Amino acid sequence: MKIRKAVITAAGPTQRSLPLQTLIDRDGVEKPVLRIIVDEALRAGIEEIAIVVSPGDEVSYARVAGDHAGRLRFVPQPEPLGYGHAVLCARDFIGRDPFLHLVGDHLYISRTEKGCAQQLVEVAEAHGCAVSAVQSTRENLLPHYGAAGGQRVAGSQDLYRIDTVIEKPTPTEAEQRLVVPGLRAGHYLCFFGMHVLTPTVMDFLAPRVSLSAALAELARREQYLALERANRRYDIGVRYGLLTAQLALSLSGRDRDEVLSQLVGLLATA
Amino acid sequence: MSQLTGIVTAADPALRNRSLDAFCRAASLVDLQAEAAALDQFRRASGNLYERVRALFFLYAIHRFHLPFKPGMRAQGLIPFRGYEHLLHRRFEEAIEIFLAAQSASRPSAAISSALAAAYHGLAFQTLAGQVRRSVRTVRGNQWMFRTGHPADYPLRLRPELLAQSGGLFPILRETTPVRMDLTHSGWSDIFFLGMDFPEGARVLNVSIDLAVRGAGAPKPPVEAWFRIIDAPILRLSSVDLQASAEITTLAEVFDFARDYLGLLKAAVIASGIVPPGMEGAGQPLADVLAALTGRPGHGIEIVSRVNDIPKGSRLAVSTNLLASLIAVCMRATGQAHALTGQLTETDRRLAAARAILGEWLGGSGGGWQDSGGLWPAIKLIEGVPAAEGDSEFGISRGCLLPRHRILGTDEVSAETRRRLQASLVLVHGGMAQDVGPILEMVTEKYLLRSEAEWQGRQQAIRTLDEILGRLRAGDVAAIGAATQRNFEGPIQTIIPWATNLYTETLIRRARDEMGVGFWGFWMLGGMSGGGMGFIFAPTVKPRAEERLAAIMHETKHRLERAVPFAMDPVVYDFAINERGTHADLLAGPNALMPPGYYTLAVPALLRTETRLLSAARRAELDRFAAACRTAPELSGMVQNLFDHMLPRAAHDGGDPSQSLEALLDRHGFDRVQHEQIQADLRSGRIGLAQNRLPATSRIEDVAPHHDSEALVDATAGLPARYRETGMQALTDGMAAVVTFAGGAGSRWTKGAGVVKALHPFSKIAGRHRNFIEAHLAKSRRTSRIAGLPLPHVITTSYLTHDAIAHWATVTEPRPSRSGPIYPGPLLLSPGRHIGLRLVPMVRDLRFAWEEMPQQLLDDQAQKVRESLHASLIAWAQQAGEAANYTANLPMQCLHPVGHWYELPNLFRNGVLARLLEERPRLRYLMLHNIDTLGADLAPDLLGLHIESGAALTTEVIARQLDDRGGGLARVDGRVRLVEGLALPDERVEFHLSYYNSATYWVDIDRLLQVFSLTRADLANHDKVAAAVRAMSARMPAYITLKDVKKRWGKGQEDIYPVAQFEKLWGDMTALPELDCRFVAVPRNRGQQLKEPAQLDGWLRDGSAAYLESLGDW
Repeated sequence: MKIRKAVITAAGPTQRSLPLQTLIDRDGVEKPVLRIIVDEALRAGIEEIAIVVSPGDEVSYARVAGDHAGRLRFVPQPEPLGYGHAVLCARDFIGRDPFLHLVGDHLYISRTEKGCAQQLVEVAEAHGCAVSAVQSTRENLLPHYGAAGGQRVAGSQDLYRIDTVIEKPTPTEAEQRLVVPGLRAGHYLCFFGMHVLTPTVMDFLAPRVSLSAALAELARREQYLALERANRRYDIGVRYGLLTAQLALSLSGRDRDEVLSQLVGLLATA
Repeated sequence: MSQLTGIVTAADPALRNRSLDAFCRAASLVDLQAEAAALDQFRRASGNLYERVRALFFLYAIHRFHLPFKPGMRAQGLIPFRGYEHLLHRRFEEAIEIFLAAQSASRPSAAISSALAAAYHGLAFQTLAGQVRRSVRTVRGNQWMFRTGHPADYPLRLRPELLAQSGGLFPILRETTPVRMDLTHSGWSDIFFLGMDFPEGARVLNVSIDLAVRGAGAPKPPVEAWFRIIDAPILRLSSVDLQASAEITTLAEVFDFARDYLGLLKAAVIASGIVPPGMEGAGQPLADVLAALTGRPGHGIEIVSRVNDIPKGSRLAVSTNLLASLIAVCMRATGQAHALTGQLTETDRRLAAARAILGEWLGGSGGGWQDSGGLWPAIKLIEGVPAAEGDSEFGISRGCLLPRHRILGTDEVSAETRRRLQASLVLVHGGMAQDVGPILEMVTEKYLLRSEAEWQGRQQAIRTLDEILGRLRAGDVAAIGAATQRNFEGPIQTIIPWATNLYTETLIRRARDEMGVGFWGFWMLGGMSGGGMGFIFAPTVKPRAEERLAAIMHETKHRLERAVPFAMDPVVYDFAINERGTHADLLAGPNALMPPGYYTLAVPALLRTETRLLSAARRAELDRFAAACRTAPELSGMVQNLFDHMLPRAAHDGGDPSQSLEALLDRHGFDRVQHEQIQADLRSGRIGLAQNRLPATSRIEDVAPHHDSEALVDATAGLPARYRETGMQALTDGMAAVVTFAGGAGSRWTKGAGVVKALHPFSKIAGRHRNFIEAHLAKSRRTSRIAGLPLPHVITTSYLTHDAIAHWATVTEPRPSRSGPIYPGPLLLSPGRHIGLRLVPMVRDLRFAWEEMPQQLLDDQAQKVRESLHASLIAWAQQAGEAANYTANLPMQCLHPVGHWYELPNLFRNGVLARLLEERPRLRYLMLHNIDTLGADLAPDLLGLHIESGAALTTEVIARQLDDRGGGLARVDGRVRLVEGLALPDERVEFHLSYYNSATYWVDIDRLLQVFSLTRADLANHDKVAAAVRAMSARMPAYITLKDVKKRWGKGQEDIYPVAQFEKLWGDMTALPELDCRFVAVPRNRGQQLKEPAQLDGWLRDGSAAYLESLGDW
């Protein structure tokens, strides 16, 4: 299985302007968020990218995409019918190919030289199935994420076979259905906002059907794995999200020392 | 390997289910001691929980029922106080170590065995309860609640539907839940301990039902819970039926269960995770939790509960189903249940049931695992589930905590059968007040011991369930009635004889007599009979049976109410099978109103608040409520109701003025001067619990027959034959009489219910229920027969007991000969001449009793509840006024008897002794005894001993065992005398005293009169007698005591208050230097007292009941 396509969703009513914000990337270059995300996909070997947008946003997105604009295809989501529906809008683009899926309001920072998406795509290609990036997350954060339950793949430290997926579960339901042996008490595998999915998932998506519900169905139909890595993701849509993401990028990149010394100076005078 | 450890560990059921009793009866003392040692070793080494627990119950039974009665076992021994302290603090392992060491250091004795029995018993139940609690915590879906300790970690969010305001009102989520009835009663097999050890035998048929008091409309789900968001950062809880409401602002208040009547709602808030149990003790603001929950700072939630006209004690698991209903509504509101409205899914019902178990544990109560059956629809078979790999119980207990519910569809139990069932069953609440806790402990204990009869009974009950299931499938309701009747008469009473009582049996007998073949059977609900019960009739007679049953219950209650504790008047219900289980709906927009009773409770306070100070939502609600009052039929009459609440009318009880407190005080010789003196002394601290004690400098030593042979004679192994001859001669000559003290309230017997203990039909003896007086008269009949002369029998009475006993003695049936008198000899009542008025206790005394005196610590959670209750009672005492007259109860509950010292002087004053002496001039000796000393009879050898000693007073004592608390025989500053427990300067002193006062006294009338400076002739001179009694009374110490008194309210609700009263005790006469006193040690079965119903089972099993039966002509 070779993954050549990616779908980035950016049509959420509250996230439309986020990909347009500008940050300084790990390499010290000033870039719009959209480009950083597109770069992440390209590093993973992706060749074609669909961005699901609110109708009318295509021009501004194309403008900030710069050199990459030619690789992008904009897919409008005519009505805000939910996240799952946004993914469904890219159905024609996907055809019967597997695809990488990223969200437009998150930035991902890898702890290694390999990008987060690259790691995920490699695992998906190696196993020939859908793989979602997950992180072990404390139960108090469950109201914010989709979560997966399953079993560790024998002989692997960071790979799980997903049995079920629940969107924003209560801790009660999580404890009953999502406990994964080997995780710390009160911790669950929550989605990282990055997936490699097979086209089968499109069969389960419909307006108002959440992506998690479709993924739960996918888990029943075919092999579906979760990859746990100690990478970082940053939601730039929350308060101070952009600032935190900028700091994280800087501290993991070329300008680390400069930013650190400025931070220390700031702290000393605060 | 010892034989008993072999039984405990056997895999073969034939050996595993062998009876302990059978083995012990055949074993010698030495063998049994060796078995006990081996079992103790085994239980320490075994890794299997249930083997450990069974070994502990074996050890308890060996020490309680077998070792003390083996030939060669010593009765007397000292119990180390340190071990007793460990017992009180529930440190059972430590207590066992100390008692075993004492047993090795001295010799084994019945005294040490009594202590070991208590410790093993306590440890066994502690281990079992610990396991149930662990299982509750480890149920998946519950664990996170114990980890969440900080609002920042709080993971729940309200469902968005509840946040959508309409017309200024937040929507209300309403849960309606049926209660459950158990159609089979399978030998209490739903007790957790039993289900978790014997899941194969844990099966019940459980039916969800709607109810209404007969004639009060169509049956509906009796339990309702209401939930909504409010625009204030508080948790507002209200119970409509208990008329209680609270606005909670701190986490600490949420965990304070006994502060008000809202403990159940608080338990639901915690067990549903809204305030998770892990937050107990957290100092963060509750508002932070509520802000996270609602997603809106400044907002909170309101929960309201309502039980529709179902009184407490219905045996229909009302409180568990209310808890489950509250938990269900909270789970729905927070997305923990999948459905916001409608029925619950099976997974969610199971979780709500597990949470209800958690809630009951948090609230310090407990029920069976079928109790939350109202969550499920209609008829279901609930069965224990063997623990399998993957279950948290696997490898620990044989069964899982939660049973499996299988709903029986109409294909199994047809709609026609359901209709027939409803056309035949009559559900009632008999009105009796009951405590089923001891019954459940007895069931557990007997099951683990596999007592032969119990075990056979259990097998039979299991077969009965299958039979009823078959009859249900066949639609044969008459046969179901026959089966439940057989079950009640057979297995249920075989396992627990105390499940029945005279009241129930009278109802059954009369229902059968009146309805003839139309009476199909009685059916016991829940823990015991007398409260909620079922009768099955032919459909053709059911309407008449309902009417007659109501009348029969009222008549029988009226006849027995002075002898048996009733909490309320009996009621008959209409019921219907509920086919949908718990169910919720969302009330939005103009329908978003709470139940009418809520507004009666809430609106008066709102109307007193300026409108501008009310929140927007409250204003909108008031507007809507005002509009609804004009249009909604269920709110008609609300305006009148509110007026009644806001402008209360003058209190008028409408009762008989002759029964008013003032009238009663005047009638019963209340001494106002003495009362005011006591009140002043109590307030000033001159008297009080701490001041009851002898000076710390007193020298108090033990007394032993071989050292103090002049004062104390050991009669435990019998007395020389000559004493019997002397005694027989005196009896034949008419020189002796019996005096039974029956003036006391027996407050421990019914926990302050104020019934006459003497008339309580406590047990079946020789084929039928007998009360205490009947038991004593049977013994006197036998003595009369042997002596050839009727023995005079005097029963002392008081304001509390006189009328009831007099009435019973003249009219009550049955009696030995239906036409003859109740007693063939002279039977006299000696009415009391003194009365006291109870007082609100001093906070100082409450603290002394709860903090200074050794107290039995409860299980952790129950202890927290008790401490919270103590804080509330201290606040009550301060608010009501310390040492103020206690008048806030029924007049009879405000009075108190003033101690049994007065019993004998009353005989002087009321003319009874004079009459007796006139009739029996040769009468010289009296045997006085307490109503609860059932083994005491006028034994000729003891009478002979007393006569030959020439003493004025001979007191019987018994070798002390663990439960014998309250003083004993001691040498105090050189004089051998009785010393009251209240007077001991230090609790540990009591544990150095070998003998306990059994309160049976032999009196030489003339010599006693002499000490009062009276003669027989003076008895006619009332003034002289009164002066002599007053003078002697002044020399007797007055002890301040705290007694529990019940206050009843609402529908069968009861509160218990500690009140202060004083008493003078006869034992203090032995301190008089001029009174020649002797003491005699008697066997335990003669001197043992029956103080609490929980003792009955042991009394029956240890041979005491058979001993009593052997003493009387029945």
